[in-house]
Formats: sequence, C-alpha cells, structure tokens
Amino acid sequence: MTKLQEQQTIQKQFNERMNQEELLNCMRCGFCLPSCPTYIESGFQESHSPRGRIALMKAVVDGLIEPDEDFERSLDLCLGCRACEPVCPSGVNYGQLLEEARDIVNQNKRHSLPVRAVRKAVFEGLFPHQNRIKNLTGLIGFYQRSGLQKAARKTGIMKLLPENLAAMEKVLPPVPTMKEMKNRPEHLPSIGTQTARVAFFSGCLMDTVFLETNNATMKLLQLAGCEVVIPKGQSCCGALHGHSGEKESARGLAKKNIQAFEDLNVDFIITNAGGCGAFLMDYDHLLKDDPLWKERAAAFKEKIKDIAEVLVAAGFHEKVKLELPPQVVTYQDSCHLRNVMKTASAPRLLIQSIKGVEFKEMQQADRCCGSAGIYNIIESEMSMRLLDSKMVHAKATHASTIVTANPGCLLQMKLGIEREGLAAKMRGVHLVDLLMEAVKKEAVV
Amino acid sequence: MLAILVKEKIIAVVTSENFDDSKTGRLVYSYDSTPNYQALPDAVVSPRNTAEVAEIVKICNEHQIPIVPRGSGTNLCGGTCPLEGGIVMLFKHMNKILEIDEENLTATVQPGVITYDVITAVESKGLFYPPDPGSMKISTIGGNINENSGGLRGLKYGVTRDYVMALEIVLPNGEIIRTGGKLAKDVAGYDFTRLYVGSEGTLGIVTEATLKLIPIPDAKKTMLALYQDMEAAARSVSKIIANKIIPATLEFLDQPTLKVVEDYARIGLPTDVKAVLLIEQDGPPEVVERDIIKISEICRQEMAVSVQIAQSETEAEALRTARRTALSALARLKPTTILEDATVPRSEIAKMVKAINDIAAKYKLDICTFGHAGDGNLHPTCPTDARNHEEMERVERAFAEIFEKAIELGGTITGEHGVGVMKSPYLELKLGKAGIAAMQAVKNALDPNHIMNPGKVFMDDSRKRVKVGQ
Ligand SMILES: Cc1cc2nc3c(=O)[nH]c(=O)nc-3n(C[C@H](O)[C@H](O)[C@H](O)COP(=O)(O)OP(=O)(O)OC[C@H]3O[C@@H](n4cnc5c(N)ncnc54)[C@H](O)[C@@H]3O)c2cc1C
Ligand code: SF4
Ligand code: SF4
Repeated sequence: MTKLQEQQTIQKQFNERMNQEELLNCMRCGFCLPSCPTYIESGFQESHSPRGRIALMKAVVDGLIEPDEDFERSLDLCLGCRACEPVCPSGVNYGQLLEEARDIVNQNKRHSLPVRAVRKAVFEGLFPHQNRIKNLTGLIGFYQRSGLQKAARKTGIMKLLPENLAAMEKVLPPVPTMKEMKNRPEHLPSIGTQTARVAFFSGCLMDTVFLETNNATMKLLQLAGCEVVIPKGQSCCGALHGHSGEKESARGLAKKNIQAFEDLNVDFIITNAGGCGAFLMDYDHLLKDDPLWKERAAAFKEKIKDIAEVLVAAGFHEKVKLELPPQVVTYQDSCHLRNVMKTASAPRLLIQSIKGVEFKEMQQADRCCGSAGIYNIIESEMSMRLLDSKMVHAKATHASTIVTANPGCLLQMKLGIEREGLAAKMRGVHLVDLLMEAVKKEAVV
Repeated sequence: MLAILVKEKIIAVVTSENFDDSKTGRLVYSYDSTPNYQALPDAVVSPRNTAEVAEIVKICNEHQIPIVPRGSGTNLCGGTCPLEGGIVMLFKHMNKILEIDEENLTATVQPGVITYDVITAVESKGLFYPPDPGSMKISTIGGNINENSGGLRGLKYGVTRDYVMALEIVLPNGEIIRTGGKLAKDVAGYDFTRLYVGSEGTLGIVTEATLKLIPIPDAKKTMLALYQDMEAAARSVSKIIANKIIPATLEFLDQPTLKVVEDYARIGLPTDVKAVLLIEQDGPPEVVERDIIKISEICRQEMAVSVQIAQSETEAEALRTARRTALSALARLKPTTILEDATVPRSEIAKMVKAINDIAAKYKLDICTFGHAGDGNLHPTCPTDARNHEEMERVERAFAEIFEKAIELGGTITGEHGVGVMKSPYLELKLGKAGIAAMQAVKNALDPNHIMNPGKVFMDDSRKRVKVGQ
C-alpha cells in the first residue's frame, strides 16, 4: 500500500468506526486543558491537548484533514492517563475514543520492519503467555532476548537512552526463582472471621517480577477476613494491547479472563495494579459489539475492585495494628486507579492509619508520572520531562518513602529516585508492600 | 496559504519554532467553544514579546492578511474562528504576571496569563481580583479583556471592564500605544482603555494590562434557596435587590440544569426542585451575617421551599465549582448545545424567565436556563442537534424572539459573551443603524484594511445566526 492509500483506508475506517456521538459530545469548553500533562509540558500546544486530539479525530472523520504524520504524532504523545475524563463536565469518554483511533491507525499502518518485530514480540509472543513471562528472568533479559533492545538502538524510535537503561536495570526488584513462580496458591482461607469471598486477579507482571507484592496482597486480604481464590485460567489483562492499537488480541484475553472468573461465586475480583484494574473495568466496552459476551463482561466489570478499597471497606486498618519506624511518606496516584477506578482516598487513608508515618501530600500527586505502560520507553523524552517535574514535587515533601499502587508507576518512581541520585535517602514501594511491612508480626499467623 | 515571502518574513521575526502551517497545527486552532463554527487559518504564530507582535502586525497590514488574536478559545460567540483565514496569533509565551504592586493595588500582566493564576497569585498577598468567569481556570486575561467578561461575582463587584486600568496595545498599523495608568483619575483625552475592553480583537492586540485590585473581603457565606416555581425564584432576585442588599453572587439554575450538573459533580444538589438560587455575601463578618439572615427571610417570603447555608468553605467551593460547569454539563444532553446571553435590567428578570418558558413551549423546544440572575444576565440554553435542520430552524426562531423580548424589556442581546460572528446579525436590534455606523467609523479609522479579526461584530447582510450544518 502506498502512503496515500494507507491514509485513505484509515480515513474511511475513522468514518465508519469512530463513535461520532461521543466526538460531538465534546463541546470544546477546554475544561480538560489544565489537567492534561502533555498540553502543559508541550508548552500549551492545542494539538497535544484532549480538546485538540478530539477535534483532530473528528476532522479525520469529517475528511477535513488526512491522518498524516502530525496527526499520528498527536495520538502517540498522548499518555492515555485519562486525567481529562473526570474533569470533563460533558462526560466525554476520551479513553475509548483514543483506543479506537489507535487501533484503526495501527491495524492499517505498515510499520517498519524493526517496529513490527518489536510489536510482534511484545503483543503476540510475550504478554498473552504467562509461562513465557515466567521463563524470562527479568524485564531486561526480555529486552535483550526479544531483539527489542537491538531494534530500539538501531532505529532510534525507541530512544531508550543508555543511562536510562542502566538505571532501569538497577530499579527492577530481585526476580523470583522459577520454583517460586511455579508453585502459586489457588485457594487461601481467611484469617479470623470471614467477611467476604474474593477472587484475586494476579496479573502477568505482578505474578512474576512483582511476586512478593502479590504474596503481600493475598496475605492482607486474608487478614482483612477474605477467603481468596486465585483461578488458574486467568491471563494478562490486555491493557498493553488495548492501549497500543491491538484491540483484537485484547478481546481474546478479555474473554479468557471473564471465563476464568465467572463461576467462582465471589463478592469481588481484586486487583493490585491500577492499570490492569481499569482495563478490566473497560471489558464491557471492549466487547460491546459481541452479543454473546456483552452481558458477561458487564457482570465481570461490576466486581472489579482495587485492594485498597476492599481493605478500607473491610475495616482492615482498624482491625489490624499497623506500625512502622518514624518516616515521612507521600503517595503518587496511579492515573488509571484514580481517573478510571475512581480510587483516590482509600490508599491515602490506609497510609495514614500506620503508626509512625507522617503522610505528606505532594503537589500534583494526581498528575501522570510519565510511566504510562510502555510510554516511558517509546516516548522517553516526554516521559523523563514528566518524571523530572514529579521528582521536584516529591522532593519538596522531604518524604523518605514514595508509595504507588501500580507496577509501572512504581518502576518509574524508582527510576526517578535513581536518576536524582537519591537512592540512599528515598525509596519507592507498592502500597501493599508498605502495609505488609507495617503489619505487626503477631497478626500474621 | 500564505505567500512564501510573507511566511519567510514572519519566520524571520518569531523563528520557525513559533510558526506552524501544518494541517494539524492549523486544524486545532480552527474552532472555539462556539458550536458549529469552524474555519482553518493559514498559519499559527506565537510571538514572544510586544516587539515581535508589532513586527508581525506590520507585515500582515502590508500584505492585508487577517489576524485573529486567540487566548484559550473559550469564547462563545465564534470570536476566534478564523472565518477569513489569515493567521491565528497565540500568547502562550506572553503569559507572565509582571508585577503585583501592593502600594497602588495593581497587577500588571501579559495577555496570555490564565485568569485563575492571577486570582490565586493576588490572593496569596491578601488582595482580590473579582472578575471570575465560569471558565476562569482556562480563559486568559487577554480574552477576558476583549470580551469584557463577567463572572459569578459581577453583581457586587462589576465585570472585567471595572478592573482594567491601563493597556499596552499594538495598533493595526503596528504602532505601540499605552493607555491609562496606575491612576485613580485620568482624563487625558479619549478613554481608549474602555474602548479596547470588549473590542473582541477587532481594533488591535492587547500586549499588556494593568489590573485594579482591591483588599480581599474578611468573611464570606454561601447559601442555596430552593424553589418549586421558577418565577418565584426570579421574584426573589428582584426583591433582594429592592431591599438594598447587593449580594456578591446571585446565580440561578433551573431543574434540567441542576440535574446535569449533579450528574457530573455529585455533591448532593437538589434535583427535585424547579429552581435554585446560589447566593453569596462577603464583607465584614457582622454584615455578612446580617445580610444572609435577611436574604433567607426574603427567599422564604417568596415561597422558597428550603434555604440551606453551606457549612464549610469546601462545601461552598463545591457549589461554586458545580455552577461553573453548568454549560459544559448541559452539553451531555444532546450533540449540539446552543446557548444565549440575553440580559435585562434586574427588575425585569421574572418577566424574562416567564417569556423564555413561553417561547420554549411555543416552539416545542427544551430550553434550560441558568445564569447570573443578579445581573439580569440569563443563559437560556437549548440542547439540540445541528444535523436536525427542522429543529434548528425552530431554535433559531425561538432565540430571535428571546432577543426581541430582551430588547423590549430594556435589555441587550449579549451581556458578557460578546457579539463575534454569532450575534452580529442581531447587533442592529440593539444599536440601530446610526449606532452601527458610528462603531464602524471607529473600526475604519483604526483598522482601515480590516485585518483585525475580520467578520466579527459587524456583518453585511442578514446572515442567519445559527449556521446550520458544516
Ligand atoms: C464553560 C464556559 C463558561 C463560561 N463562563 C463565562 C462567564 O461566566 N462569563 C463570561 O463572561 N464568559 C464566560 N465564558 C466565555 C469565555 O470564557 C470568555 O469570553 C473568556 O473571556 C474568553 O477567554 P479566552 O482566553 O478563551 O479568549 P478567546 O476565546 O481565545 O478570545 C476571546 C476574544 O478575545 C480576543 N483576544 C484574545 N486575546 C487577545 C489579545 N491579546 N488581544 C486582542 N484580542 C484578544 C479574541 O480575538 C476573541 O475575540 C464561558 C465559556 C465557557 C466555555
Ligand atoms: S472538558 Fe470535555 S467537553 Fe470540554 S473540551 Fe475537554 S473533552 Fe471537550
Ligand atoms: S489521556 Fe492524559 S495525556 Fe492524553 S489527552 Fe487525556 S489528559 Fe492528556
């Protein structure tokens, strides 16, 4: 296909597939502008704002402009953080518009060879297969093996700077052994009086690289009085695919997960990664055109809850004694946890319930840290700009601990600490790991 | 398309980084918050200082290229839609607060600064900049000045005009002038400061403004009065003022507006009543206390079913914020949201509310109304669909009738949103032929080549107000 034909096909599909009612729903009031990180960081460029991006999508639908490189640039630079959604009085569902637009562009674009290799390795070769993820000894190992790192260096599209890479390597947690990764529990009883029966969505990265965090999650749930089931048939949530224009693969993964959790007779399905949880909650939209799955997806969505919400609802912080050596703690919101799952106060409440902790809110804690899935690798320049401003605010709190609730954000925080040379004074931890540390020993049987 | 020569000349002034004529770059400045207007500029230019603005204006004047100055594009009259192409001029580099003068109580700012940033900066020094349009977190001071914007505090404190003391202006011929000063009194010649406030970018470019500040009031109280009858709410407004109380804020929301706002804000607004007044008083604590009691009494006498006083500043701020989202929240209802800005003397507000209801019924339309009731400034808003031509015809006729009624009651076609392109067909209704001719004489004298924001304010024929379709 020539470039022109490619653009024509994309244009046609925009016209057919984009939700035009939703595009019209944007009344261009601009209420979303001040909350968009890329608008601010780009020096107030409308083409990198939500209002601008929606107008561009509409212009392609209407045939006013061609989906050219600048248009793609605008979509690519979007973090997908969805900070523009809760502030939109008109209720525009930007995330869904973006996903559809990216899907159309990606499905119709002939990526250059190295990019194709990378995409294939990531989206088909790796993430749908939990055992393959397990077989990797760490993220860096994966980069090297899949040829991703080579491609990144060769093409320059993945401007993974050597210094970033070195820092990244340092921030990865100790990778668990194969044995640890393979002997995963499937059922755990509550500790003390049972208050609920929940299922745990263990996630692909979380159940490998962040295995300890998953163990802590289950333990906390048990302590809160939950009986926990961890169904074997579950798989990667598909967020990475969905956000990168690989909707069809995402749908496959969604169906697998719905099936795995459907007949468990649980009150909630728990996640401990905002990015995954938010995508699970979008399954009903993802499968909206599939009559066989639509309702099943809606029922699934109803049950999704972040661990922090469930712990607070179960009164965990009142039931269990929490204490840590005196320290200042700050919290960085996970965008999707906050903007999509609407969980913002529960994590803060839990942190504040720990004796010895002085909680200090950092400025703009609700602004994206620049991690955004694989954004920090692909759009490294913008990502590092966001991270640098983030660290300025984090430092201003004089916190020794930055807490997050999503693996991507956690790695990014650790990267930020590393880049600032603060590793001796500051650490990044997942909320559940902090809580686990704070649980007084006698509570754990 | 700009001629290569012109493009090169402009780039020589601002550098290529601040010049964009890509399709994408132009598209995102082809619209503002006004429904149904869109036109591509030829280029987008972002000067970094007044000298660069003047250079560009000279080039454009020489080559007769239209200039559309643009703040954040939140105006509601098609004011920044580049109808005749040309360049859109942005002030994203000129967005600094230059000085807060605590002795003279002034703030000197560049045009691209966000209104809310000025408000918070001066408040941190115990000072007060009252004009607070609903869009204040997005709008720029340049835009506020050029639309002479009002806000929630307009009743007691006035509008943007009342706080502009001095301007630096680049005239359409590229000359730079300064008007006014940090002066309580100044009668040296014509009052050009006032002329340029509300000039909608048609007479020149504001490159700096000195704003008047006042001391921040000591105390503030916020309340809601609920009604089962819209006209009773409107009567309360007139009666409060007739009782010689001037509240800081006196806002009106009808039931459909309440419903969509609550749907978005979820702060427990009542949705089972027909209308609500949001009332605030500020000043010395004793006065605030006394006024709030008196206002409550008046509202009850006028059949308010309940009067509720906000218990904390957080609660009060939630109410104000919710009110500010009214227009955008109404956009949830239908694809197109047509809003108007008719304004009448305060004493006529009940009659105007009734007239709007009657007209809506006559044309079988849903018209939601909210607005600055204390200013007599209502925003009848019609959720509709631009693709439904038959309905759009009715919308247009209904609004024409609303305008006529407003004028008949001694009012105006626009209280604060400006004429732009949207209301230009109705300007004559307010000004008469001679009035328009006098204004055109001013325009022709200052901008003989009509390069500044052409197609705005004045129109040649009886173009339709709502441009149907696209
Ligand atoms: C949700 C919502 C609520 C609103 N609430 C209110 C309200 O309560 N009260 C109210 O009055 N308005 C309100 N508005 C309208 C609008 O926000 C105001 O008119 C505002 O002042 C526009 O500011 P802006 O920076 O967006 O200017 P723009 O829309 O970009 O421009 C407005 C006009 O100013 C001109 N202009 C801008 N900068 C300059 C400059 N430096 N020199 C010369 N001309 C210039 C433009 O050419 C244009 O004619 C609201 C709008 C929205 C979307
Ligand atoms: S806040 Fe919503 S309606 Fe307003 S411009 Fe942004 S997306 Fe559009
Ligand atoms: S998702 Fe985030 S980066 Fe993208 S437009 Fe919305 S606020 Fe901006």
